[in-house]
Amino acid sequence: MARFIFTSRGRSDNGALASLELKNPGREAFLFQRRLTIAAVLITMGVIGLLGRFFYLQVVQHRHYQTLAETNRIAIVPIVPNRGVIRDRNGIVLAQSYSAYTLEIQPARVKDLEQTIDALAEVIDIQPRDRRRFKKLMDESKSFESLPIRTRLTDNEVARFAVNRYRFPGVEIKARLFRQYPYAELASHVVGYIGRINDRDVARIEEWGESANYKGSDYIGKVGIELSYERELHGTTGVEEVEVDAGGRAVRTLSRVAPASGNDLTLTLDIKLQEVAEAAFGTRRGALVALDPATGEVLAMVSKPGYDPNLFVDGIDTANWELLNESPDKPLLNRPLRGAYPPGSTIKPFLALSALTSGKRTPAQTIFDPGYFQLPGAAHRFNDDKKGGHGTVDMYKSIVASCDTYYYILASETDIDDTYRFMSQFGFGRKTGIDVEGELPGILPSREWKRQRFSGKEFREEHRKWYLGDSISAGIGQGYNAFTPIQLAQAIAMIANDGVSFPPHLVQSIRTIGSDVQRPVAAQPPHTLGVKPEHLAVIKNALVGVAKEGTSAAAFLKSAYVSGGKTGTAQLYSLKGEKYTASQVDERLRDHAWYIAYAPADHPRIALAVLVENGGFGAQAAAPIARQVFDYVLAGEKKPGPAPAFTVPETEDQSD
Amino acid sequence: MGQFLARVWEVLSRRVDSFLFGVALTIAGVGLITLFSAADQSLARVWSQVTSLAFALVLMWVVANIPPQTIARGALPLYAAGIVLLIAVALWGVSVNGSRRWLNLGFGRFQPSELMKVAVPLMLAWYFQKFEGRIGWKDFVLAAVLIAVPVYLIKRQPDLGTSLLIAASGFYVLYFAGLSWKVIAGLVAAAGAAAPLIWPHLRDYQRERILTFIDPTRDPLGAGYHSSQASIALGSGGVVGKGWLNGTQTHLDFLPERHTDFIFAVFGEEFGLIGNAVLLVLYLMLIGRGLMITAGASTLFTRLIAGAITLMFFTYAFVNMGMVSGVLPVVGVPLPLVSYGGTALTSLFIGLGILMSVQAHRKLVNT
Repeated sequence: MARFIFTSRGRSDNGALASLELKNPGREAFLFQRRLTIAAVLITMGVIGLLGRFFYLQVVQHRHYQTLAETNRIAIVPIVPNRGVIRDRNGIVLAQSYSAYTLEIQPARVKDLEQTIDALAEVIDIQPRDRRRFKKLMDESKSFESLPIRTRLTDNEVARFAVNRYRFPGVEIKARLFRQYPYAELASHVVGYIGRINDRDVARIEEWGESANYKGSDYIGKVGIELSYERELHGTTGVEEVEVDAGGRAVRTLSRVAPASGNDLTLTLDIKLQEVAEAAFGTRRGALVALDPATGEVLAMVSKPGYDPNLFVDGIDTANWELLNESPDKPLLNRPLRGAYPPGSTIKPFLALSALTSGKRTPAQTIFDPGYFQLPGAAHRFNDDKKGGHGTVDMYKSIVASCDTYYYILASETDIDDTYRFMSQFGFGRKTGIDVEGELPGILPSREWKRQRFSGKEFREEHRKWYLGDSISAGIGQGYNAFTPIQLAQAIAMIANDGVSFPPHLVQSIRTIGSDVQRPVAAQPPHTLGVKPEHLAVIKNALVGVAKEGTSAAAFLKSAYVSGGKTGTAQLYSLKGEKYTASQVDERLRDHAWYIAYAPADHPRIALAVLVENGGFGAQAAAPIARQVFDYVLAGEKKPGPAPAFTVPETEDQSD
Repeated sequence: MGQFLARVWEVLSRRVDSFLFGVALTIAGVGLITLFSAADQSLARVWSQVTSLAFALVLMWVVANIPPQTIARGALPLYAAGIVLLIAVALWGVSVNGSRRWLNLGFGRFQPSELMKVAVPLMLAWYFQKFEGRIGWKDFVLAAVLIAVPVYLIKRQPDLGTSLLIAASGFYVLYFAGLSWKVIAGLVAAAGAAAPLIWPHLRDYQRERILTFIDPTRDPLGAGYHSSQASIALGSGGVVGKGWLNGTQTHLDFLPERHTDFIFAVFGEEFGLIGNAVLLVLYLMLIGRGLMITAGASTLFTRLIAGAITLMFFTYAFVNMGMVSGVLPVVGVPLPLVSYGGTALTSLFIGLGILMSVQAHRKLVNT
């Protein structure tokens, strides 16, 4: 038995055990070298074997495997979830997804792209526009992606391609989800749109750690609610394991994890009110923000002109893009959030409240307005809009008649930094924190702000210094002041709600699909103004006076409710010393018209800010729009078409 | 200064076999280039491998400077420690993907089975040297037990691939120690009768069933899938390959484990038959040098350990390439010096260090 277990000298030797014990270095070395040689031979054979196998795989079977590599495989296919629906506060759909067939080409698998598209064009209608868009997509995409050459195929076209599909490897019909915005231009800046994912979006997705969840997703929110609530709307991507045949087409599904649709959003917006508000603008440019002062809910948010978001969904074509992007009307500018305009006289009630709070003025205290204001020892006259002046003016009259001189004097007696501190409480010069992206902070000037603004090397110390003259123009809402419409809407809502403000927001609730639970968006804590109720009452009384007997009385003649408001004009054009005559100035250089208001005066249900670009006087252009909106909300009246612009005859009193 | 540098160079290079070292570094370089592609051009992954490589080179240098007699003295403690650690793994080890292979050391994980790849042949070589001249069949039985214990412990982790490799390393020592051809023939017949001969003739799902039977946790997605995707990668690479960073199988995520066990598929897809041949030649040079060192070794211990290490290098390369090219079952064997992984790299360079020590410390007795 033992002799079989080990060996040392081969078969001829029959004393194996003894032989091992025999010390014979030469013999042992020879035996060892023989085993080494055998190992070397075996190794060489192994290597040759491997080489043979490689030759078989990589030369003999190369074409077979190349075909397999290109085609036959089990593919892990992501299933894109259905994007959440966006509805208005009454459940009316503002954005939804629907499924449609697209014709797609995978450029990496097509030999001659031009020829393939030419051949396709014989089967299915392909316009030069489609070709251009496809080229553009190809430049932007990775080589292995499948890209649409035609979207929204008809059933007829699908059938025609199905018959011919054997001719087109690398081309297939896919069902894709499309986004549709049924109201098109209406509320376009609020809802926004989705577009194809680009490099910047990819970086954003990576930052969220959501790269896996966006596998297969082609679209992402770009603007508005679609952008800001992207992560609620997108949903969870599903996975399907499919066997694909030699043509790269799915043969059968091996396993499937279903996607979870994105969450539905219910906005605070009332699309019917939005319709009324946008109609009231007619063809004029501007912005309107209407809030529920008791909650901060945005009831309407207008930016005119708008655009049709449906144009962006498939990738906007160059002609339409240029039309939108280069228009002097700036339809892509989200005016309520990104348009910063001098507030003009709409700033007066807030400054009056500041003077009451600081004790610089009492309601009954009067000044005399000769029609201008002069700083002591200076020649320059700050003119009032009413030639000859308003005479004796108390606080009520200063707001109702919008007397500039009253505020020139107040500004000359008030430190700008004190004004800044008080006015900051209204949210001026700061983002309101509304739940859509892109908001600008505007400007509420202060010494520190001016120093920062002119800190560049090209400015000198005298540019950075704050002058009393700066305070005077800031005192009537001109100068450096620049507020956005949403800031003024928030500020007037604060007054309307007796000094308690809720940050404006657009999304009311979020519904998780399948759960049927409406999750309300967590309410932001309210912010309370540091003012006395009796001082607020003075201001509110004056604001009601404006609509009753003041600068906007004409617009609110015979209204079925009592409202409070304030007109304003943001000067664009300064004719030094000359009289401004609207009819003589180019339309685009005319002043912007403001109106901020709330109604009903006792229990306000709506507060708004209206801005009409180059509308001239606030009383003329902006107040009638507010009236139309109030009439709809409070009296249920719906007037089709634009609000009338009052053509006030040129009078001596141009106070707004 | 110049003299000092010359001295440093002398100390650094004295025991290092420049041919072995040069070839090993070249293969490791090929590995880094392939890893860059396999890791989707992640430099972080490559950098981590470079760090491991640097560490492994230091260990190689240290081992090369230890005389074989000293190494031999370490064999028993190393083997005993390895067995203790394997038992510790079985009791307190960390499970990853259902396999309990690692010990948590606080700062990182350690895989004791890697240690046994060196410890088992060292132990056996030491044993045969100790009883040189008086070796009987009982010694071979004892040797078989010394092999079987760690093999069993590793098999039940479960890690079939590593346990088979360790069995092989022990077997190589026995082979060079003079194990009877009849026994070898019997073993080969018994082991070889099963898998490899019938393997290529089995259908995909049958292969998968067998693999799942042998090693159920190895890959939940199905071994057939791994293996066929690797064959597609190699075959579609053709003669010249698809070019570096251009492998579609690799970059479309069809290749599993492409940094580690299947990195050769990435290499073969991107560099083709020519690349594969070059890589095989490099391995042949490494192994050939190892055999030369073995042939020139002066003691039984050095002959046995050098021979076993050299054959292990071949075995790793052969099994890995065979597995990737679809002629051997899918077992977890990394491609030596190429696959991503610090532990494997370290134990391979320690092996090279032992070869260098054997070469540098040989007594010139054989004429």
